[in-house]
Amino acid sequence: MKRIDGRDAEELREINIEAGVLKRADGSCYIEWGKNKIYAAVYGPKQVLPRHLERSDRAILRCRYNMAPFSVEERKRPGPDRRAVEIGKVMQGALEPAILMHYYPKSMIEISVEVLEANAGTRCAGITAASVALADAGIPMRDLVPSCASGKVDDQIVLDLCKEEDNEGQADMPVAIIPRSDQITLLQMDGKLTEEEVEKAIALAIRGCQKVYTLQVEALKKKYAGAEYE
Amino acid sequence: MSEILPLIKKQYLLELAKERKREDERGLDEYRPLDIQVSSVEKAEGSAVVTLGGTKVFAGIKVDAGEPYSDTPNEGVMITGAELIPMAAPDFEAGPPGQNAVELARVVDRGIRESQAIDTIKLCVKEGELVRLVFVDLHILDYDGNLIDACGIAAMAALATTKMQVLEEDGTPTEEYVDLPVRDLAIPCTFVKLGDVLLLDPSLDEEKAMDSRITVATDKKQRVCAMQKGEIGGFSLDEVMQTVRTSKVKGEEIRAVMREVVQWEDSEPDTEEN
Repeated sequence: MKRIDGRDAEELREINIEAGVLKRADGSCYIEWGKNKIYAAVYGPKQVLPRHLERSDRAILRCRYNMAPFSVEERKRPGPDRRAVEIGKVMQGALEPAILMHYYPKSMIEISVEVLEANAGTRCAGITAASVALADAGIPMRDLVPSCASGKVDDQIVLDLCKEEDNEGQADMPVAIIPRSDQITLLQMDGKLTEEEVEKAIALAIRGCQKVYTLQVEALKKKYAGAEYE
Repeated sequence: MSEILPLIKKQYLLELAKERKREDERGLDEYRPLDIQVSSVEKAEGSAVVTLGGTKVFAGIKVDAGEPYSDTPNEGVMITGAELIPMAAPDFEAGPPGQNAVELARVVDRGIRESQAIDTIKLCVKEGELVRLVFVDLHILDYDGNLIDACGIAAMAALATTKMQVLEEDGTPTEEYVDLPVRDLAIPCTFVKLGDVLLLDPSLDEEKAMDSRITVATDKKQRVCAMQKGEIGGFSLDEVMQTVRTSKVKGEEIRAVMREVVQWEDSEPDTEEN
């Protein structure tokens, strides 16, 4: 059965990733994922502020997720709301296991994700972009962290929900993985799923993440392998 | 949750977990003693105190009336807040809710909301103009690990015993009181991962020693209605499915206890919808 935007159940929206797009940031990335438009920037490793957060044996990671007031239908009040605070926290949980934090004791790595246009799946696109920005900043990592959601729409388990599907759907499940170790580092779910559906949805999201992963690698190669990929 | 755990203690807990043991001699899938008391605050429309081992949390419900959201003009609204007050732990600070308090409130909220436990359509007073606003406020009195489950249980028990004043269409209160329309009891079950071992209902030290955390909320038909992986670290698919299976069983056990305490009757036991 075709979906509302004509995709198959296991088909991602169109994704374009570009690494190294901002001048001042140590690493950056721009991603267009369906109608989502998102920038991610990385600063650091740098001095820890406020100082009491400093760790003597490793770096700390701070993630800020922000939606522009014009990114959604009704103007969003500027500044972090509770949703943004939570997303910042789960983004940190998704990305930190991939970073070699113990290389940089007493320092801080800061990630900033700015959503310019939102159309469902911004946290997955944000994590995907942030992980490319971390690589662009030259921060040592075990692997990139691709992210992708699955969900249940019209009683069918599908990949990468668009806005209409997210609004009307029966469940949404954002997932991020570290492909090399098969670890799930982001997992959230809301809606209603049976045990069997949960398993099917996670497995599908993981397959989606693996596709996203190849796009992340391509974007980095395009930036750093130069003419070979032009 | 930034208190320091001595490394030697962490290693001890990891060693124990490897032998599938815990410091307090519980099984890996065993909750600490749970106690639920309801309706202890008269001024609140509903309230509950939950003790889970050494953790003690208070949930209070206030029901107000106000404008609906524009995309759901005929539905009432639930708003959940949590405060990690300085009374509960030496490193909790007064002030606006931080990341941990926000995550706690949102995970508790998501379990109840997504199970559709509250029949929000019945909370509409006048479509597009006036609906009931249900405020769930969680106060942590004593933090000894696993706030999510303690708060989730307290919030659900408080909601299930909430009695609110009936309003006229223009918002004037009448003398009549009704039960808040609660049609499900959603229960969250939280696990932490120590090494490669999953522990249900983490104690304070287990929480400080953990790599990562996962919560699975289930509804009365034992479907999963919310999940959240928390903190740093990851899970394999098998590990996630193990937590789902355990949550279905343990959630049902807690639901049975809560049913007794709040005297909740399933108003739609046989419908296949939702």
